[in-house]
Amino acid sequence: MFKIVEREEMAQGTVIRNVIDAPKIAKKAKPGQFVILKADEKGERIPLTMADTDPEKGTITIIYMVVGKSTARFKDLKVGEGYMDVIGPLGKATHIEKVGKVICVGGGTGVAVLHPITRALKQAGNDVTCIIGAKTKDLLILEDKMKAASNTLYVCTDDGSYGRPGFVTEQLKDCLNEGGIKLCVGIGPVPMMKFVCKMTKEYDVPTLVSLNPIMVDGTGMCGGCRVTVGGETKFACVDGPEFDGHQVDFDELFQRLASYFEEEKRCYNEYCKLSESKL
Amino acid sequence: MAEKPAKKEQIGRQPMPEQDAKVRARNFDEVPFGLEPEAAILEASRCLQCKKPACVEGCPVSVDIPAFIKFVAEGKFTDAISNIWRVNALPAVCGRVCPQELQCEGKCIVGKKGDPVAIGNLERFVADYERNNRLAPMPEKAPATGKKVAVVGSGPSGLTVAGDLILKGHEVTIFEAFHKPGGVLVYGIPEFRLPKEIVFSEVEGLEKQGVKLICNEVVGRTVSLDELFEEGYDAIYLGVGAGLPTLLDVPGKNLIGIMSANEYLTRSNLMKAYLFPEYDTPIILGKNVVTLGGGNVAMDSARTALRLGADSSRIVYRRSRAELPARGAEVHHAEEEGVEFHFLAAPLEFKGDDKGRVIGMKVQQMELGEPDASGRRRPIPVEGEIYDLECDLVIIAVGAGANPLLTQSTEGLELNKWGYIVADPATGKTSKRGVWAGGDIVTGAATVILAMGAGRDSANSMHDFLTRGW
Repeated sequence: MFKIVEREEMAQGTVIRNVIDAPKIAKKAKPGQFVILKADEKGERIPLTMADTDPEKGTITIIYMVVGKSTARFKDLKVGEGYMDVIGPLGKATHIEKVGKVICVGGGTGVAVLHPITRALKQAGNDVTCIIGAKTKDLLILEDKMKAASNTLYVCTDDGSYGRPGFVTEQLKDCLNEGGIKLCVGIGPVPMMKFVCKMTKEYDVPTLVSLNPIMVDGTGMCGGCRVTVGGETKFACVDGPEFDGHQVDFDELFQRLASYFEEEKRCYNEYCKLSESKL
Repeated sequence: MAEKPAKKEQIGRQPMPEQDAKVRARNFDEVPFGLEPEAAILEASRCLQCKKPACVEGCPVSVDIPAFIKFVAEGKFTDAISNIWRVNALPAVCGRVCPQELQCEGKCIVGKKGDPVAIGNLERFVADYERNNRLAPMPEKAPATGKKVAVVGSGPSGLTVAGDLILKGHEVTIFEAFHKPGGVLVYGIPEFRLPKEIVFSEVEGLEKQGVKLICNEVVGRTVSLDELFEEGYDAIYLGVGAGLPTLLDVPGKNLIGIMSANEYLTRSNLMKAYLFPEYDTPIILGKNVVTLGGGNVAMDSARTALRLGADSSRIVYRRSRAELPARGAEVHHAEEEGVEFHFLAAPLEFKGDDKGRVIGMKVQQMELGEPDASGRRRPIPVEGEIYDLECDLVIIAVGAGANPLLTQSTEGLELNKWGYIVADPATGKTSKRGVWAGGDIVTGAATVILAMGAGRDSANSMHDFLTRGW
């Protein structure tokens, strides 16, 4: 078992942070890599990009939004309990180098994935501007950490309840207009990444995105996570999870993410009913 | 004595009792029930006990077939299993999945005139008898050598290496990337052909002998080969399998509902998606399912689709029936269960609806031309003969490639042009000192027993290295 040593509810309990005892993975993991977690015998294998690692303590951190049965099951795990299976680190690490001015754009729980990458980019000597967004103030996560990891931080909320009202892309446009940006990293919901890439392409700014398609093994064996990048089929688990955002077919990715929409809904509803009946 | 052979010829091959085709096509229980002891004894009595047994030559791990069959004929089932165990750690598996018609039974002298001795069914009987009764003593272990061996991958070749080397006195640790051991025996071969409980029982047997098993460890990611050497392992065996799905490069290839057999079978077998929602992993339940390919994996996929409730399950194969690479029994079982075959047919294009889900495919009629490099007649398109097939799930079972995850992250490991590991065919030695390899990652996708044979050869060579040097 991989024990949970720390647990935090964020964004009003819709987002959970787990610090998990996984020394072998912690020792090896680099920013941008992911793990696959399975809660129990009957559980599903869920890929999540690591939000942090502590090689000395031997822990990894994951931050996830509760969206279905598997993440609801994860949420029910308490400190001292744990995951039956954790596999990793998987995928390629982010290529970190000093390029100059960098913009990191994060939306929703994508901010959690963006954090270690932002920190590493700043440590490498880049001038890092961050733009993070959420639907509303209560759903915003990791503001303080992102502030510390970047040189400048902008916050946006869709409903205007905090920071700049509107989407992250509006703030991004202002930053791009200032010029001199050498690299953009955009991580968040698929539509957000799509529009970030559309915009940075107009400004000819290279853009990295981190994808989280449906996956089973995470080692390049099943091809379930295939995405089209520059007209070629790539496996997010071994060729990614990061890709050149200007080459990614986001519409196909968005459609494929809905492969099991009905099954997921059914499973989640049954789990919620069961949880209610236990109360 | 003169009467004996005549008597043997009178006894026909004992039929394997099995579930009715209509019933079993809708459940995941194993198809054959196994022989009863009386039938096994009768079947064993058909063996001629040849002085120079051709069947043994046909067996990649050289099981002493006449000897174990003699024990069965005498009702000494425990002696029979002990005899098989000397060279084969996985008889319950081999008895079920080996292509016996091409190996032992294909060479059987009795088979020259009639049906060959049912060697596979007898092997299965003996292994099942032992698993249900637990009477045989554990094979004896040689004194500890103090040497440590890492086996990467817990499929048939890795398990064979582990089983051989633990008996030779070495410390053995198996590293498995998945959360359960067994490799293709567990993620690939369906429950109705090889119950998972049997694989786990064989693995438990190895653990009882002292083999250590570490799951969830992806060698090449969690730990590298060089780190394993630094940790004190003296030798490493790579039996990671082929593990790269071949997908098709035709329009519509990434529509929802088009998936590799690896994904389809892993979801159903390893993740138990056939028990969804009791198990959390979902699987697409096609009504009209098309499986592309003609090997065992294609048969497994098409039969799984029926069991998951498909109205129609079709196999679309680009060559003819004669070229089907699948085991004869699998083709026979698939047809009995209602799988339809479209021979000489190749996919041209997949069509989807507005949600990106597959709804049909265009198929090109083929005919056989001149033999190709594989010696089989090459399928060539018949101009203008194109037809449509309605389908909402397409499973691609046209072969596998070499998964580069481990090989690309390892220095000094020579690969061939297709990415498979180059290993000495006799010893399994690779270009990297202290590293052996065998099974599908060396040969490309093949059979369980060939992988086991490669494991046996490597284990012998590793033992020489560990006791006498490279």
